[in-house]
Amino acid sequence: MLIRFWGTRGSLPAPLNYRAVRAKVREALLIGLERGLQRAADVEAFIDRELAFAVRGTYGGNSSCVELVTGGDQFVLCDLGTGVREFGNNLLAKYGPARKYQFDVFLSHLHWDHIMGFPFFTPAFIPGNLIRIHGCHGAMREAFVRQQSDPCFPVDFRTLAATIEFVELKPGQRYDINGLSVMPMLQNHANDSYGYRFEHAGKTVVYSTDCEHKYQILDERYPFVEFFRGADVLIFDAMYSLADQISVKEDWGHSSNIVAVELAQLAGVKHLVMYHHEPIHDDRMIERILGETRRYDEISRTGAALTITSAYDGLEIAV
Amino acid sequence: MEINERREGDIVVLGPVGRLNNDTSPEFQSRLLGAVGAADARVLVDFSRVDYISSAGLRALMAASKASKAAGGRLAVTGLNPVVSEIFTISRFSYVVNVFETLAQALCALR
Repeated sequence: MLIRFWGTRGSLPAPLNYRAVRAKVREALLIGLERGLQRAADVEAFIDRELAFAVRGTYGGNSSCVELVTGGDQFVLCDLGTGVREFGNNLLAKYGPARKYQFDVFLSHLHWDHIMGFPFFTPAFIPGNLIRIHGCHGAMREAFVRQQSDPCFPVDFRTLAATIEFVELKPGQRYDINGLSVMPMLQNHANDSYGYRFEHAGKTVVYSTDCEHKYQILDERYPFVEFFRGADVLIFDAMYSLADQISVKEDWGHSSNIVAVELAQLAGVKHLVMYHHEPIHDDRMIERILGETRRYDEISRTGAALTITSAYDGLEIAV
Repeated sequence: MEINERREGDIVVLGPVGRLNNDTSPEFQSRLLGAVGAADARVLVDFSRVDYISSAGLRALMAASKASKAAGGRLAVTGLNPVVSEIFTISRFSYVVNVFETLAQALCALR
């Protein structure tokens, strides 16, 4: 399995502005001067080896959208935030518009940042394509129709040329969808959200965003430990600090890096991917949090070290 | 869990010993809530004999901080060893709980 992250930002898109880009260019040039960079042939290696990710790149600003490449004919997506626009355009550029595409989408929930990319998902405008949107919310169709209704959007949902089906799943039940085993789980979030445990060819990926973990005692009795058990990759909403999560942002429906590490350790997860980044955090802050989270794992673990990554738009992880 | 308790004038000083984790945080929380529950109570937690604090311990501290504010009291901590201090930084608890480097500074601030 391959995981591609098309949108990793929480709550709303957060593009870089002019000042942020300029600051990165400035810092890169200053480091280049300091390190004696002189030849064009050395530039690529300098970028990759000498510059921190927050200088040479960005975690990105698109809202939630993750692709699971399973090797089958269908395309599998988690959530339809603004990252899906780039996914769709990339797909058409690669394979062309004439091919008939089938998409299986798994929705965590219906909050705007998780569906707002769909009106710009070009394959939805092409007849012959099939888009099956799976989720546990009864009001899925209503949310999509509303989003594309006058006066909010000029193209009515009902005029989209692709065949769009909504498939309601039940949490706690295991489904086989084109060879992909999927189990949804109810999560703590305003109007509910659902995590998904995907299993394919002996590998497990758990997508768990927009979930606030409120249990004080995180141990084997906490149901999420079993849901995350042995995952090769756990994609986890680590939007806030623990202090924020349990004080000013309590009941806002998100979790923290501290809880992420403790649950991943308990469940024997191999690779923890922090996701749904706080939009007020710049690249430097996300990078700092990543370093701190790795350090917390080092301080707190009793077993093997976790691999910990902060997701960014464009990240690919082979499982 | 061993939790020492003494008074410095009007200030209650609680001194937990060992690791604040799933096993020990319920008792820690119970003792803390008891101490901060009285109106205008001033409570200092001396962490100098605490080796480690997990999210369970931090949640206990936050519960006490909220209860203290609701009762019009004051809560502070001191004596963080380097590891516990790092955890306060990583969890951003250093922004929401009054942390003092020394016992004397903490007592002075609470008086």
